[in-house]
Amino acid sequence: MRVTGYWRNISFLYRLAGWKCIHCGTFHHYKPVVCRRCRSREFTQVELPGSGRLIAYTVIRSPPKEFERYAPYSIGLIELEDGTKILSQLTDFKEDELRDGIRVEAVFRRVRVNGEQGIIEYGYKFRPVLSRS
Amino acid sequence: MVGVYVAGVGFTKIAEHWDKDLEQLMAEAAVKALEDAGVSTVNAIYVGCALSEYLQCQANLGALMAECTGLVGVPAFRSEAAEASGAAALYSGFCDIASGRSEAVLVIGGEKLSDGLPEEVSSGMLMMSGRSWYEGFMGADFYAISALLYRLYSKRYGDEGIPFFPVISHEHAEGVAHAQYPFKITLDRVLESPFIAEPLRMLEVSGIGDGAAALVLVSEGLARRLKSPKIKIFISSATDYMNPFDREDPLRLQSVMLSVSKVLEQAGVSRGEVNMVELHDSVSILGALCLESGGFSPPGAAGKLAMKGEFGLNGRLPCNTFGGLKARGHPFGATAIYPSRGDISPAYWACWEESA
Repeated sequence: MRVTGYWRNISFLYRLAGWKCIHCGTFHHYKPVVCRRCRSREFTQVELPGSGRLIAYTVIRSPPKEFERYAPYSIGLIELEDGTKILSQLTDFKEDELRDGIRVEAVFRRVRVNGEQGIIEYGYKFRPVLSRS
Repeated sequence: MVGVYVAGVGFTKIAEHWDKDLEQLMAEAAVKALEDAGVSTVNAIYVGCALSEYLQCQANLGALMAECTGLVGVPAFRSEAAEASGAAALYSGFCDIASGRSEAVLVIGGEKLSDGLPEEVSSGMLMMSGRSWYEGFMGADFYAISALLYRLYSKRYGDEGIPFFPVISHEHAEGVAHAQYPFKITLDRVLESPFIAEPLRMLEVSGIGDGAAALVLVSEGLARRLKSPKIKIFISSATDYMNPFDREDPLRLQSVMLSVSKVLEQAGVSRGEVNMVELHDSVSILGALCLESGGFSPPGAAGKLAMKGEFGLNGRLPCNTFGGLKARGHPFGATAIYPSRGDISPAYWACWEESA
């Protein structure tokens, strides 16, 4: 991905901010021209809740070229508190800690170093909710 | 609508063709198809390829293939629809004939994955399977998405029989001259292979191969005048939200459901009358989801039916009759153009095997 494409989408990648259709409620993580479900053109900007439940996860062991230096890494499917489902890298967990159904929360992290220029790209990742002891 | 017929078929073995460029593979398949049809020219050329810009630094495949097939002057275009690029070219060619504008068209699908390292092919697949700044940004590649679907499926239905789909495909590829992996594998070998993205194992995904396949499509009128054997074809296609988890039910492939229903309706055939099915089994779980979404298996039952032998060559509904994407091979843009066992006459087959 080009740095410009990353830059245009940082509101979602940094803050989980996107556009909700005011007619049917569908959330768009990209800036929509029309709603992908009802084709309405009216949206309100919202920030998704930063916590939810891990529905399922996997570990990538033979990654695409640009992710080789990060392997193995985990990808989770997360259902946020408002019901929106998003994909995220998982971080800050011990191996035996990941289980379907655990509570997870968003954190702001360095995701990768992009291209020959070595531009550092940040974004959200999710981690297990820290238990208060 | 004018009836559309396949009058000529050509394809290469799927392998790592170190000594051939993408254009040579595609030209070989195309010239065979033209010879098979017995036509010297066509009204248009449609090329399907997914990753030539990325792996070969090559675009403009339409004009390139017109030149390589000796048909300079003929209009020629390339279609891209990820792993369905070949199907997209076929769709365009079909519509050209069906509309009455063209009498004969050449459809070519090709892909040369061995020009890239495995991790570069994975990068290519990352480009194809989601948005570059979302799935691409976090590295949620095709295997990650498939693994998550696999998990959801296992939770809802159990995973019994899903790792058996590669076993079926390999059994059907045994001895097939154009297959990349023409040998049997056991279920134990599948289960013992390492995870590439758990629960997805190495032997549950297709390999990296090069190949090209081509068809000459003709109108009803021209079909009557040509001596070559002809098959009438119907085609349908549909889309869904890019990210499966944005769909109402990620385990129900709406695009498969819609396109299967539409094409059967066009052909006037019911599901019970279908004799064989080709599945997109680039990963095992997708083979099962295709069967279930296409209405050929109840939801959650495809794996169990597979274990019972229903999808074997002698079963109720033979699947992936030359080995599917898993064992015959999966050169993305060519995949949809390769024939199934039902598409080829015994005479053509004998001739092909001899030349191979």
